[in-house]
Amino acid sequence: MKQRWREVLRKLGPALGLVAAWLLFALLAGRPFTSWPNHQLMLLQTAVIGTAAVGATWIIVAGGIDLSVGSTIALGTVVTALLLNAGWSAGAAAVGGIASATLVGWTIGALVVGQLGRVLALGAGVALGVWIGRQHGPALGVVSGVSLAALLRWLLERAIGPLPLSPFIVTLGLWGALRGLAKGLGDNQPVYPDATGWLRRVMVLAPEGPFAIAPPGVCVFALVALVAGLALKHTVLGRHAVAIGSNEQTARLCGVRVERVKLWVYALGLACAGVASVLQFAYLSMGDPTTAQGYELKVIAAVVIGGASLSGGQGSVGGALIGALIMTVVDNGCTKLGLDNWVQELITGAIIVAAVALDRTRSRAQS
Amino acid sequence: MHGLVKRFGATLALDGVALEARAGEVLALVGENGAGKSTLMKVLAGALEPDAGRMELDGAPYAPRSPLEARERGVAMIHQELALAPHLSVAENVLLGAEPQRIGLVDWRSLHERAHAALTQLGRGELDVRRRVGDLAPAERQLVEIARAVAFEARVVVLDEPTSSLGREDVARLAELLVRLRERGAAVIYISHVMEEIFAFAQRYCVLRDGRSVASGTCADSSPRELVAAMVGREVAQLTPRPAQQGAAPAGEVIARLNSLRGQRLPREATLELRRGEVLGIAGLVGAGRTELLRALMGLERVVSGELRVLELSGARAPHERWEQGVGMLSEDRKSEGLALGLSIAANLGLPHLERFARAGRFDAGALERSAAEWIERVRVKCAGPRQPIGELSGGNQQKVALARLLAADVDIALLDEPTRGVDVAAKAEIYALIDRFARRGERQRAVLVVSSYLPELLGLCDRIAVMERGVLHPARAAAELDERTLLAQATGGGA
Repeated sequence: MKQRWREVLRKLGPALGLVAAWLLFALLAGRPFTSWPNHQLMLLQTAVIGTAAVGATWIIVAGGIDLSVGSTIALGTVVTALLLNAGWSAGAAAVGGIASATLVGWTIGALVVGQLGRVLALGAGVALGVWIGRQHGPALGVVSGVSLAALLRWLLERAIGPLPLSPFIVTLGLWGALRGLAKGLGDNQPVYPDATGWLRRVMVLAPEGPFAIAPPGVCVFALVALVAGLALKHTVLGRHAVAIGSNEQTARLCGVRVERVKLWVYALGLACAGVASVLQFAYLSMGDPTTAQGYELKVIAAVVIGGASLSGGQGSVGGALIGALIMTVVDNGCTKLGLDNWVQELITGAIIVAAVALDRTRSRAQS
Repeated sequence: MHGLVKRFGATLALDGVALEARAGEVLALVGENGAGKSTLMKVLAGALEPDAGRMELDGAPYAPRSPLEARERGVAMIHQELALAPHLSVAENVLLGAEPQRIGLVDWRSLHERAHAALTQLGRGELDVRRRVGDLAPAERQLVEIARAVAFEARVVVLDEPTSSLGREDVARLAELLVRLRERGAAVIYISHVMEEIFAFAQRYCVLRDGRSVASGTCADSSPRELVAAMVGREVAQLTPRPAQQGAAPAGEVIARLNSLRGQRLPREATLELRRGEVLGIAGLVGAGRTELLRALMGLERVVSGELRVLELSGARAPHERWEQGVGMLSEDRKSEGLALGLSIAANLGLPHLERFARAGRFDAGALERSAAEWIERVRVKCAGPRQPIGELSGGNQQKVALARLLAADVDIALLDEPTRGVDVAAKAEIYALIDRFARRGERQRAVLVVSSYLPELLGLCDRIAVMERGVLHPARAAAELDERTLLAQATGGGA
């Protein structure tokens, strides 16, 4: 019985924190904070970080980490903007933005599970293909790119063999590299598309119409969270991700295809970051290589406040959502109270440490 | 298995081992540390490939290249360090890697049913398959692993020292599980150092020595003494250490005194006097608070109330103060607390007093290694040298290093928690001799407080023994007046 209570407390802890924060600001700031439009605004403010945090939950629960998510979001906005400028439709450009982030996820996953050779071969193949394609037409470009990639992969896999790398280091490298890539693609400045199509309406509050309750961006955010949350709990892939985070060796012994699951986890996790990047693009109406600075840590903070353990095995999408909402409530509430930025930052920092400390006391009581 | 050979560099770990496990039978595999048991089991489990020899399973050739392949062929290993995912439920752990699914979704009902069925076959259907494994007791976790072997219809189940973390009651339940496994027609290979268990659980035995199988037969036609003789290759006069009192000076002054000591949770009440020149044993069931008592003395756990005086200092102190005072502790958990497995033997030996090897702030690694080499010689650690990572040594040799650390630190009081856990008979005898020399026969008298779950060991080694029963320490009595039955009765609260 006592154990059941602890279980309930463990699950409800972050939610209680959210309620407490909300009540505090409701009392202090009153109507400007509690009004319905302000809540719509808060949901809007949460959408980008929240969507990225959904993906990060998968990665962290599987025992990984991603420090590159802010840079990936910036890259995604630039890619989306460039595709729009190249004449793609809004939908196709959005898919392109998500695909670029998913490719980043695949790259991280491949490096983490030891497929350095594959990544290098693919990179070299694409580079050669693009270069030749520009000079001698696309057909020759594709042929030369693919053959170089195949040859290099064969050579490198023999020369290097499997070489697993720490996700912390891999994504620390990509944190800088992807930002650089975004700047290079955008020629060191923001990319302003001529027309953004329906993307323009995704991240604005609509007074009426079907999206009067929540803007489309918030609906997308909610849908991604729902699907990813259920998938973590009820798909074999999700349970294997948890098993790997909990005890990787056991998972391997029991026949879980650890490498494949990790590749999927990073690809899906970064696909969520891709969705976040499209939302961010819609919010900014431009591709900005310098946007989303520091988001990687906010995303991790949301996941951790939501009760996840950075050593893996523990955490939930619902928790991460609550974590992201807590941070928004604090930000928004402080603004409504007219408090300076530095106060918000102090409070958010304190909440992160408090959340982890609370979680530790709960798990200590358990053992 | 026939004529298996495995080399590691120049070392011949296995030298033509022949072993036969029969369906529906428990085969006890015994041997000293370093005799080749672990290597043999790794070969069987697919973690290592043999250099020569062949294996057969149900008449077909068997040569697994990975643990996974071994498992698919029906060979399940249950290790000392349990291989479970603590964040997943019992059912998920039992069927990990083989979850029933429909289009990628977990079929929870079928998952729970199948896990429950596996537990029921083991006679333990009452365990809730929805519980998180991290919340279970050690014996229940072991059950989950065995249920996994059942769910995968393992033909061969290997248990590596399964009772080292279990209390007496759980050992009895494990015996039932083994019977169930046999009834299912599985061949069980049981690795253990405890003679009583071997003769209670196993039908046949196989003794390994120096990488060779030197003896095998039916347990009914053998005796513990015969087995031990085969293990060490010579007749051992006595299994338990000889009562060491004769020839030693009587116990001296009181060196530590506890009065109604109470810890955070355990112990609830402990009163004790420890004298120079004596080995004082603490008996009791697992979870009675024996380890907590030692940890509170060492300053690793909080003292809530009561008096505590060690040498000239009274009150609770931090571990570093205890070391300065000359108090050292040997942890029961060698792998995660006792030793830093990734570091060298020398680094582990010198850890409590690295400052001794520094001159004017400059650390002298050479001096540390020279000192370590000396201790390796003195306590006879089988190793490649002081720089070898300690994780590469066998359990018995690791334990000798852990003990040598206390000797090298020249402590006055040694707190020993299960000093012979996971250690073979020959190494046990050496450890007993070290403890005896340390306490009673040095240039000055010192004191040893030793916790052990192996009663013959305490009776043979100690001058006095106190029993811890559910957090309360009973008064110590002379070991000569005690026997196993009395101690056990007191430990279980059955009166003495």
